[in-house]
Amino acid sequence: MDYKDYEVIVGLEVHAELSTESKIYCSCRNKFGVEVNTECCPICMGMPGTLPTLNQKVVEYAVKMGHALNCTIHNVCKQDRKNYFYPDLPKAYQISQFDIPLCEHGYLDVLVEEDGTVREKRIGITRIHIEEDAGKLLHDESFAGSLVDFNRCGVPLIEIVSEPDMRSSAEAKAYLETIKSVLQYLDISDCKMQEGSIRCDVNVSVRKKGETKFGTRCEMKNVNTFSGAMRAIDFEAQRQIAVLEQGGIIEQETRRWDDAKGESIPLRSKEDAQDYRYFPEPDLLTIVLDDAYVENLKRQIPELPNKKTARFMKEYGLTYGDALLLVESPEKSVLFEQAAASKKASPKGICNWILGDITRVMNETGKTIADTKLTPEKLAYLVECIESGKISNTSGKVVFEIILNEDKNIDEIIKEKNLAQISDASALNAIVEEVIKNNQKSIDDYRGGKTNALGFLVGQCMKASKGQGNPAKMKELLLEYIDKQ
Amino acid sequence: MKLYEMTASELSGQLKEKKISARELTEAVFARIDETESDIGAYITLNRETALKQADAVDQKRAAGEPLSPLAGIPVGIKDNICTKGMLTTCASRMLENFVPPYNATVMDKLAADDIVITGKLNMDEFAMGSSTETSYFKQTKNPADLTRVPGGSSGGSAAAVAAGEAVLALGSDTGGSIRQPSSFCGVVGLKPTYGSVSRYGLVAFASSLDQIGPIGKSVRDVAMLYSAICGPDKMDATSVRKIYPDFTRSLGKGISGLKLGLPKEYFGLGIDSETKNAVLAAAKLFEQNGAVVKEVSLPSTDYALSAYYIIASAEASSNLARFDGVKYGYRTPQYENLTEMYEKTRSEGFGTEVKRRILLGTFVLSSGYYDAYYKRAKLLQKRIAAEFASAFADCDLLLTPTTPGTAFKLGENTDDPLKMYAGDICTVTVNIAGLPALSIPCGTDSKGLPVGMQLIGAKFSEEQLLNAADWYESAAGLRAE
Repeated sequence: MDYKDYEVIVGLEVHAELSTESKIYCSCRNKFGVEVNTECCPICMGMPGTLPTLNQKVVEYAVKMGHALNCTIHNVCKQDRKNYFYPDLPKAYQISQFDIPLCEHGYLDVLVEEDGTVREKRIGITRIHIEEDAGKLLHDESFAGSLVDFNRCGVPLIEIVSEPDMRSSAEAKAYLETIKSVLQYLDISDCKMQEGSIRCDVNVSVRKKGETKFGTRCEMKNVNTFSGAMRAIDFEAQRQIAVLEQGGIIEQETRRWDDAKGESIPLRSKEDAQDYRYFPEPDLLTIVLDDAYVENLKRQIPELPNKKTARFMKEYGLTYGDALLLVESPEKSVLFEQAAASKKASPKGICNWILGDITRVMNETGKTIADTKLTPEKLAYLVECIESGKISNTSGKVVFEIILNEDKNIDEIIKEKNLAQISDASALNAIVEEVIKNNQKSIDDYRGGKTNALGFLVGQCMKASKGQGNPAKMKELLLEYIDKQ
Repeated sequence: MKLYEMTASELSGQLKEKKISARELTEAVFARIDETESDIGAYITLNRETALKQADAVDQKRAAGEPLSPLAGIPVGIKDNICTKGMLTTCASRMLENFVPPYNATVMDKLAADDIVITGKLNMDEFAMGSSTETSYFKQTKNPADLTRVPGGSSGGSAAAVAAGEAVLALGSDTGGSIRQPSSFCGVVGLKPTYGSVSRYGLVAFASSLDQIGPIGKSVRDVAMLYSAICGPDKMDATSVRKIYPDFTRSLGKGISGLKLGLPKEYFGLGIDSETKNAVLAAAKLFEQNGAVVKEVSLPSTDYALSAYYIIASAEASSNLARFDGVKYGYRTPQYENLTEMYEKTRSEGFGTEVKRRILLGTFVLSSGYYDAYYKRAKLLQKRIAAEFASAFADCDLLLTPTTPGTAFKLGENTDDPLKMYAGDICTVTVNIAGLPALSIPCGTDSKGLPVGMQLIGAKFSEEQLLNAADWYESAAGLRAE
C-alpha cells in the first residue's frame, strides 16, 4: 500500500458556544462551571406550555461571524425543529436551522505551514446557522442510573460547516485554529476547549490522486481538541486507504473518535441514520433583518487574524511562527503594534519580549495585559534601553517586573536601582584588572585553547560590576588584556 | 334566579353594588357543583378552599374601597391544559396525572391580577385531541342538555361547566374547534380569538401554530369581558401580536345596520344536518330583516381543509408531545431494562389511543420522503385557504356558518370511528388554519331539544365587530332576558 498515491479530503463542522450574557431562548445566564441545575428554568428545561423567545444578541454574533467568513447573510430566515430523543434534550427536539441558515456561501483564507513553508489556502464555508445546545449527562458511581445537568440547555451555538476543501490534517488544523482566532477576535466565544466551547465533527474521505470524484465519507464525532482532530483525520485516512487497498469499499457511517486509544469505532451506519423530521419551529417568528443592521455589523468587523498574520510577516519581518503566536491573542497583537509604532525599538525585540516574559507572566498568573500596569510605550522604551545598551538584558528583567506592577517611569527605576549599564572603558578597567588578577588560571586555560574560559571571566566581571557592566565591552577589554600579554 | 344561573356581567354589577359578596357567589357555585357534578363530571380538580380564600380577599378589597376589575370575584373554571402554578395541570392524561407546574400561564397571571376566583381545572380530551371529551384519561363529561350525550370537545368540561352553572365563566383552548364545538353542543357562547391575540405561554401545546386560549360564557357580553381580560401582547410568546387591544365590552350595542354578512355555500352542503342548516339560515334571515346585507360566498378549498388540518396539527403535536418521555416529569413506566425501553413503555402506557394515533400520523407526515407529499402540501393549502378567506372578507364583514354539522351525539357513538369523529370538525378547522377569530353562539334547538350553534367568522383582529354582531343577534333572537 502506498499512502502517497492517495489524497485525503476533509470537511469540518465546528460548533462554537457564543458568549452572550443569557441563553438563546430564555433569560437564564449563559455561564459555565456553576452548580448543576442552578442555571435553568422551565423554558430551557422544556416544561409543558413554556415557549422560546429568541435572544437578539445570538443573531448579532452569528451575523458577525458570517461577515468575518465572507458569507451571504440571509436577511430573512427561519428556525426549525430537529426532532430526536435523548435524555439531555428536554424538549426532545433541538431548535436549529435547516434549509435556510443565517449565513451561507463564504470562505476563509488560512495560512498552512507544511514542510517548513507557509502558504495561503482558501477554505469554502458552506453555512453558519444558530441553534441551542443540549444538557449534559453525568454518570456518578454512587448512583445506578445517569443524571442530567440542564445548565447547558439553551446555551447558544453557531455551527460552521466547511466545504470538503482540506487536503491534509495540517490544513484542517490551520482551519480550526483560524476559526478559533476569528471567534476570539470578534469576541463572540470564550473558545475554551477544555470547557467544550468549541467542538467539531470531522468528515473524511480518500481518493486516488488524479480522481475527480469524492470517495465515500465517514463522519467522526467526539473530537474535542485540534490535535485530536489531526490524529482522527490521519487515523481515518489510513484506515480507509487500508480498506481500499485490500479491495474493500468504504461504507458511509458515523464513527466515534476515542482520543485516548487513538482510534475511531463505528457508531452507526447510513441505514441507521436518524430521521430528524425537521420542520419550521411554529413557536418562533421568521427572522427578518434590515439591511442597515446587517451592514452596520459588517463595519464592526476588525482586521481578522489570518490577514493580520500575513501583514505582520510582511510589514515587520516577523517569522510565521512569531506572527502566528502574536496574532493568536488580540491583546498581544495590539500591544505589539502599538509598541512597534515607536520605531525606536526593533519589532523583533518587542515580539521576543511579548512571546517570552510577558506570555510567561500571563500564563503563570492568569492575568491579561490589561490587568497589569504595562503599557505599549513602556514596553517599547524598555526594549529600546536594552537595544541601545543603556541597560543590560538582566537589568531589563528587573525593570520589567517593576513596570508590570507599578506605574513608574523607567528612567527613574534605572536611576533608583542603579541599573544603568556601564560601558565606559575607564570605569570598567579597574573591574577587569581585578578579575584578571584573581583568575590567572582561567586566563592560562583560555590561552591553552579552552575558549569557554572567556565566558567564565566575563561572568566574573559582571558579578564584580554588580550586573551593571556592559558584558560586550568587558569582553572586549578582557581580550585586549590577554592579547597584550 | 339562582346566582349560578346569572351571567358574569349581571353578577359583576351585583358584586359592585355589594348586593352579594364574592364569598356568597363562590359558595353558590360550589353548592351547584355539589349538586350536579356527579352527573356532569366537568372537573378534574376542584379548588374549593383556595377559591373561598380568593373570594374573601376580593370582599376585603371591596370593603376597603380598592378599585377592582369587573371580573373581581367571578368564579371561573380553567381547562386543564392551562398551567396553574401549584395546582395540578393534567391535560386529562395519565402522562401528567401528578404534574404540578411551578409557573403560571400568562393568562392565569392576568386573571390573578383581575382578582378572579378559580373554581378548578376542567375536563377535556387528552391533550386537547378529540371532539367529545371522551379521550380524557380520568372521566367522562356529560352534556347538561342531555346526560346521554357528549358535551363536545376538546373543551367539553369548560362548556359543560358553564352550561350547568358549575362555573360562571371558563377558559378553553381551540386548535380546530375545541372552544366553539362544545359551546355549540352545550348551548353556550365561545370565542376562538385571532391567533396571536392571547398569549400561549403556559398553554400545554397541541399544535403551536393553531392553538389559542379563549373564553366560554353564558352570553356574548360575558365572553367579551373575559376576552378583554386575557388578550394582549406577551414578551414570553414570540407569536403574540403587539398591538393595542380595547375593552371589548365597549364595542357592543352598536347595531348591525349595513353589516355585510357572507354565507359560504360550502358550509351548507353535504353532511350538514337539515335542522342545523335551517336554524342558521333563520338567523341569517333575522340579520337581513334588520338591515344587514346577506350574500352567498364561496370558499372552494374548504373540502381540503380537514386533511390539511389533521396533517399540520398532528405534525406539530408529534413534536410538541415528544417531551413527555419519562425523564423529567410526569409518568414513567415502573419497569424497564434500558433507555429505549423506558421511552417506549412510558409513552405507550402514558398516552391514550387517540393521542398515540395523532403522534404516529404526525411522525409519518414529517418523515423524510413523505414531508413534501404531506406536510409541505398541507402548508400550501393553508396559504390557499387563508387567501380565500381574505378575498371573502374583501366583500363581507363577517361570515355565518353552522358551528357543527349536527347537534351533540350520543356518548360512545363515534369513539370507534375516528374519521367520522374528525368529520365533525369540518366547519371549525378552517378558522384555525387561517388564524381568524370566530365565535359560536346558540341559534335555537333541534327537534330533540338539543342546542344548535352558529358560527360567526371575522377577519383577523375583527373581534369588536364579531362580538357586536353576536351580541345584537343574542338580543334580537330573544336569547336573553333584557
